Amino acid sequence: MLFPPSRDCPTPSRVVITGAGVITALGRGWKSNAAGFRAGRVAFRPVTLFEVAKQRAKMAAEVDLTGVLPSTRLRAGAEENLDRASKLLLLAAHEAWQQAGWEPTEDLPMVLGTTSGGMSLGEAYYRQAIATPHRRRGQTMRALQYQAQRQALDLADAFGFHGPVTIIANACASGANAIGHASELVRSGRYDRVLTGGYDALSHLVFAGFDSLQALSTTQCRPFDARRDGLGLGEGAAVLMLESLEPARRRGANILGEIAGYGATSDLHHLTQPHPQGDAAWASMKEACEASGVEPAQIQYVNAHGTGTPLNDAAEAAAINRLFGEHAATLPVSSTKSSIGHLLGAAGAVEAIVCLMALRGQWLPPTTTLQERDPACAFPVVTHATDAPLDYALTNSFGFGGANASLILRRWA
Amino acid sequence: MNIAIAGGGAVSPAGWGIQALREALAGGDALPTTDLARPGWDRPLRVRTVPAPVTKPAALGHPRLRRASAITRYAVAAAVEALGADATPERCGRLGLILCVMSGCVQYSRRFYDEVLKDPASASPLVFPETVFNAPSSHLATLLGTPAINYTLVGDPGTYLQGLALGADWLRRKRVDGCLVVGAEEIDWATADSFGMFSRRVILSEGAGALYLRRGDGGVPVELRSVSDSHLFLQGQTRLEATRRTRAQLPAADSRHLLCEGAQGVPRFDAEETAVWQDWPGARLAPKRLLGEGLMAAAAWQCVAALDALQAGQYPAASVSVVGCNQQAIGAHFSGSR
Repeated sequence: MLFPPSRDCPTPSRVVITGAGVITALGRGWKSNAAGFRAGRVAFRPVTLFEVAKQRAKMAAEVDLTGVLPSTRLRAGAEENLDRASKLLLLAAHEAWQQAGWEPTEDLPMVLGTTSGGMSLGEAYYRQAIATPHRRRGQTMRALQYQAQRQALDLADAFGFHGPVTIIANACASGANAIGHASELVRSGRYDRVLTGGYDALSHLVFAGFDSLQALSTTQCRPFDARRDGLGLGEGAAVLMLESLEPARRRGANILGEIAGYGATSDLHHLTQPHPQGDAAWASMKEACEASGVEPAQIQYVNAHGTGTPLNDAAEAAAINRLFGEHAATLPVSSTKSSIGHLLGAAGAVEAIVCLMALRGQWLPPTTTLQERDPACAFPVVTHATDAPLDYALTNSFGFGGANASLILRRWA
Repeated sequence: MNIAIAGGGAVSPAGWGIQALREALAGGDALPTTDLARPGWDRPLRVRTVPAPVTKPAALGHPRLRRASAITRYAVAAAVEALGADATPERCGRLGLILCVMSGCVQYSRRFYDEVLKDPASASPLVFPETVFNAPSSHLATLLGTPAINYTLVGDPGTYLQGLALGADWLRRKRVDGCLVVGAEEIDWATADSFGMFSRRVILSEGAGALYLRRGDGGVPVELRSVSDSHLFLQGQTRLEATRRTRAQLPAADSRHLLCEGAQGVPRFDAEETAVWQDWPGARLAPKRLLGEGLMAAAAWQCVAALDALQAGQYPAASVSVVGCNQQAIGAHFSGSR
């Protein structure tokens, strides 16, 4: 039963990560992404997926999706219908699944975040509906497959999962909200394990939308730079297998890290602009600290939302300055969106994995494009991958509509 | 811990408010359809739209709603009705919000993409933010002044019952003091056109429904007693099997209880639910037969109708069955005062 819960845990469980899969414009999988971030690669290139000639921005961090998909239980017809977003999700989930070492199971809940599901199929549906109103060929498939729940069910079918599917669409915080919600399901004892993450593919509508807002950089995405002029869009997916500590230990799972805490708040200031002082961002980070039992002074790295827009970075900097106080002066902060772009519904999930990479490898991921730090930042912005002892990392995700989420990850030693 | 249903609200083709919904269901006649032009077709689409309000709800005058889409207006009106006297920041405390949608902000999405296709350089920056799934819940949070946790869930109509279970869980864990669970949709020709491919008999509709959940503290008129598992439609589990499993998790049939079902009078869509619930001995309500396929809003109407019947003391308990479009079968059970 979803309610009342068939089981409950009087003592909150620790939530560990036993599988992680990621795909971004830096490449497929943990190794290529870790190497890319370490090397300070920037993965933006001219957009090829749709026409951008009439738009201000021309670049995005596109994923190279050539090559075969992993072998799964999907029927051939279903595999042929997978859109770009579904393929990104499938590839990330496959890596996480293999790493976790699980067999198909009756009850594996999934919590996924996305902003636009299979938007490119919805776009194709509309173009055909307008251009040739009486032509139905392919339209049924498009109408079905563009929906986010269809992509989640394809994933369930691909690996033989049977648990409930929850899809959170909290704009750019979706991936972080998904992981946070999944961690609460495990922590409360509802489930021993949950598959979670976020995904989004580039689409014309969304690209044009951010372009219309003049939120896209026409030069280079430079988070926390004094002369930053906007964000760069990317695409990708990240999937984590979260498990309750004791069952994970019993089965001898390889534990990669721990989700220590989660905060989620709503910024009521404006539909697309954060409160100038970052009040809700501050509250989100504070809530994550309280949930994890960690003092702000214990946080050793912040993977910021850091989109590179003037408003976001100013508000987030104000929130970080306020929460961390004197500690901010020595707190390394970076935004890896400088390398892979803003992945929208996937951003929070990918950046959680970046934190996991940092904690496991004991290094700081850089903001690769910073030229001149905004003096509003009371904290150092990491510009080159640097070795550092890390026990706790915090990652922020702030979205349209004021959806704010923060996650704290703990090193597993 | 008991989970009380402290209030409900509805906007539907029957009108604005629970009373309009109640009267339409009591009348028993399918509401008239309206024509919706479909570009490129001579024949219009048949739909059931929400009529203009007789008196505009005061909440719709909030500055954040100036450019808000129809779905936001429906969601806000249903939510404010459900909250009643608690619809102020001072009264609602830590109020969690869960908005459930399937098609979401489709009117502005279609309009914005149309602008992009014509000339992306002049596509409206005012429209784009309203295309985002969580725009309605963002407006609602601002209007109610609640900075607490706020999720927008996307899925087929069964997701509304998942939202109820989530809200109950937040209350149980004291993450919030109250929780609004809203299901909302708006009609656009693109959505109606796509549903027509699956059955020409389906009549799409729009609106919203909302339930306001609180922790029960005795003397609660209506309680959320249970929500079944979400039984997915998968390669290895048919709609019929999922629907059977749902029923098996709800209380046994009782001739005194009400069944609020999701049947809409389209055999292709109703077959599994009809087969599994055919022996139900008690009274039935099927809001979609009269109001149309309102997707997430319709699942919410089912729950609101159950709440209304229980509040009126017509039945001691009610079960709600939702056999979704393409994701899951799921059910919920409510009880009246014991």
